Amino acid sequence: MSEQTTPGTDIATPPGPETTTTSVAEIPQQSSLRRLLGGPVGRNAGLVVALLLIVVVGAITAGDTFFQVSNMLTILRQASIIGVISVGMTLVITAGGIDLSVGSVMGLASIAATLAVTQDLAGSSHWIVMVVVALAIGLAAGLVNGVVISYGKVVAFMATLAMLVAARGLAEILAERRTLVVESRGFIEFMNADFLGVDILIWIFALVAAAGWLILNRTTFGRRTVAIGGNREAARLAGIDVKRHTMWLYAIAGLCAGIAAVMILGRTTAGTSTHGTLYELDAIAAVVVGGTLLVGGRGTVTGTVFGVLIFATLTNVFVQNNLSSSVQAVAKGVIIVVAVLLQQRFSKPTGARE
Amino acid sequence: MIKVDHPVLLDARGLRKSFAGVHALKDVSLEILAGEVHCILGQNGAGKSTLIKTLAGVHQPDEGEILWLGDPVSIPDPQAALELGIATMYQELDVVDGLTVAENIFLGHELAKAGFTSRSQAHRRTKELMQRLGHGSISPNTEVGSLSAANKQIVSMARALSHDIKLIIMDEPSAVLDSEEVKNLFAVVRELTNAGIAVVYITHRLEEIRQIGDRITVIKDGRSMAHGLAVAETPTSELIRLMTGRNVENVFPPAVPIRDDAPVMLDVDGLQLAGVFSDVSFSVRAGEIVGLAGLVGSGRSEILETIYGARRATAGTVSVAGTALRRGSVVASVAAGMGLSPEERKSQGLVLEEPIYVNVTLSSISRFARAGWLDARAERKAARAQIEALELRPADPDRAAVTLSGGNQQKILLARWLVHGTRVLLLDEPTRGVDVGARTEIYALIRRLAAEGNAIVVVSSEIEEVLGLADTVLVVADGRVLDSLPASAIDEHGVLELVMKGAAA
Repeated sequence: MSEQTTPGTDIATPPGPETTTTSVAEIPQQSSLRRLLGGPVGRNAGLVVALLLIVVVGAITAGDTFFQVSNMLTILRQASIIGVISVGMTLVITAGGIDLSVGSVMGLASIAATLAVTQDLAGSSHWIVMVVVALAIGLAAGLVNGVVISYGKVVAFMATLAMLVAARGLAEILAERRTLVVESRGFIEFMNADFLGVDILIWIFALVAAAGWLILNRTTFGRRTVAIGGNREAARLAGIDVKRHTMWLYAIAGLCAGIAAVMILGRTTAGTSTHGTLYELDAIAAVVVGGTLLVGGRGTVTGTVFGVLIFATLTNVFVQNNLSSSVQAVAKGVIIVVAVLLQQRFSKPTGARE
Repeated sequence: MIKVDHPVLLDARGLRKSFAGVHALKDVSLEILAGEVHCILGQNGAGKSTLIKTLAGVHQPDEGEILWLGDPVSIPDPQAALELGIATMYQELDVVDGLTVAENIFLGHELAKAGFTSRSQAHRRTKELMQRLGHGSISPNTEVGSLSAANKQIVSMARALSHDIKLIIMDEPSAVLDSEEVKNLFAVVRELTNAGIAVVYITHRLEEIRQIGDRITVIKDGRSMAHGLAVAETPTSELIRLMTGRNVENVFPPAVPIRDDAPVMLDVDGLQLAGVFSDVSFSVRAGEIVGLAGLVGSGRSEILETIYGARRATAGTVSVAGTALRRGSVVASVAAGMGLSPEERKSQGLVLEEPIYVNVTLSSISRFARAGWLDARAERKAARAQIEALELRPADPDRAAVTLSGGNQQKILLARWLVHGTRVLLLDEPTRGVDVGARTEIYALIRRLAAEGNAIVVVSSEIEEVLGLADTVLVVADGRVLDSLPASAIDEHGVLELVMKGAAA
């Protein structure tokens, strides 16, 4: 390849043996670090670091109270309700959808479970009736979302926005704008009890998160969810019933809102139509901060749990330091932006050519 | 045809580039003369795209130098490339569907006065550009989303010309065009070169190089095997040898006679999709390959998608092994043993970011699970068996589908249906974006699948492919089946004659 300046024909000599080194041996260090950070381990490692940072700040500013077991349990308790909602949201977002209605549906379910009719029935049988009603209302609202989105072909954002407004309104009508006190002592005692020193609420969160993880990573349902989020048309042409699947995803998100309603009834001992206000945004923030792609195709329940814990710990550190919720909101906003920026930097596929 | 007297415009020497340890370019040299059509030939994965992205300023070479009009330059970003005079037309056209033709052309360098865009000036210049490209009929006000792929390409070219460019790089521009549109494209390319603009033309269709190219650079495994070969003096066999490293003959496998007692696996009766095609009837027996030949827009792909249930037929029935299928239900078709390999592999076929094994088991996922619980080990095992049987590369079930070449991505789709156990395979453009070497493999594979008792329907915009592969050919034009005849009884000329007559009638 000597006379390249003169235009004409020039055939390269075949590559010698010394140039055929394998590429694996030559991976630069920087790129292996990048790969580590880009992989599932790395994303969670980043979340662990973020969580630790907040813990360190908490330890420095309010060390004595912050590190008490009771405070740790408080953080987890506060994370638990939004956490359950976030797990359902993770599944929906992984499939490329969104559910804005979860907070309202949670409010509606809390009202439905504490209506006089329900409580009378529960009083004459067992408080489990209230739980069943709350779950059924959540599931039903989710199914309505799913049917409207899948079969009515309404954009998820609009369909669930409509449900957000309508469910809140219905809750207000049913409650007649009053707070409905839970009468069953058994229910309140159960929900506020602890098991092995850990609150029932936290156990519920742990169970829902474990179930969500298993569904997403170990079942055909989860696989199909990822496939639909990754490439909806390819999933459809591969023979997956995308519509029915999508419908069930929203049903699951609704069911999670129902579970969250039961949990908040246990904690506040009353149903009101304002339960769950703005929870949908907190849940979306936790899911995205956790590393689930908002466009779908990649979802992580583990990441979501971290996302929820990060926000709950942050809140706790601010409360410990008597800082206003306004300051806290600003900090939350910053964290969301930073998390998304990091996600974009590291979630690009490595080694992709051509 | 060599334009020896033309000055050297761009001279790239010893370019190297690696991504995360993978060498995309190992040693590439390229020399482009002003006003020539320089073809870059190479299989998928050879490094063509990386090379043009390096010239376009998207990637920076790790080593090597680029001389522009004799001076060493660096091209840190696409804007710098444009300033030098290098414009690039990518395969996935980067036009914005929601904007008009004029808005697209001046996107990023809007003609403006005091911050207000000057519509009249933009329209006037757009008209001039369109006329120069021989497409004066495209209005500056048309929304680009409503244009055909060919016309979007023209818009993309006009955008390049709206800058003061000396070199335009076209990445497989003919991939989405039919033969008439390709002719048009060539006319435009000649127009550009007459004006002294150099064109780098990337393709793997050898016959196009013969028609349009002046010189060729062949790339294999990130190296330029030969650069500056004169098209007229280089035989095709030599090009294939340089490109694949081996000799390629007998592209199509021999047809296997269908057994007399072979049952009808697929029966299409009076199928209609209102406004697109009507009265399509044919049947395919086990072991038979039926090809649909026709021009782009004749309704070929729509017929295939309607048979599959991806579109709901307005009339007619589709039966698999004697059982009529529910209309408009892919789920029912797949359950009956039908599989489709769609036209757009990337957007319709694969979940690109997911590993090979996930894509392979996608249609039969419930078979790899007990009560909904996945057995990933069994999935990988099944995928590995297919990888071996189909010689899929790289042979790693955990590699993301996006990293594979076109030919290997096609194999993933075939593997998907093999795992599912199909009896009827619908293949839409099975070799689009697949290079010459890998095509032979795909053809042999399709023939083998037929020999194993599958009924196969193939659609291709390359008539030669349909004729070489199919036992029976259906000639399609304007949504009607004009004729059905044995592939041995007709040649490419005959098909085109039928199509022209049919279109006129």
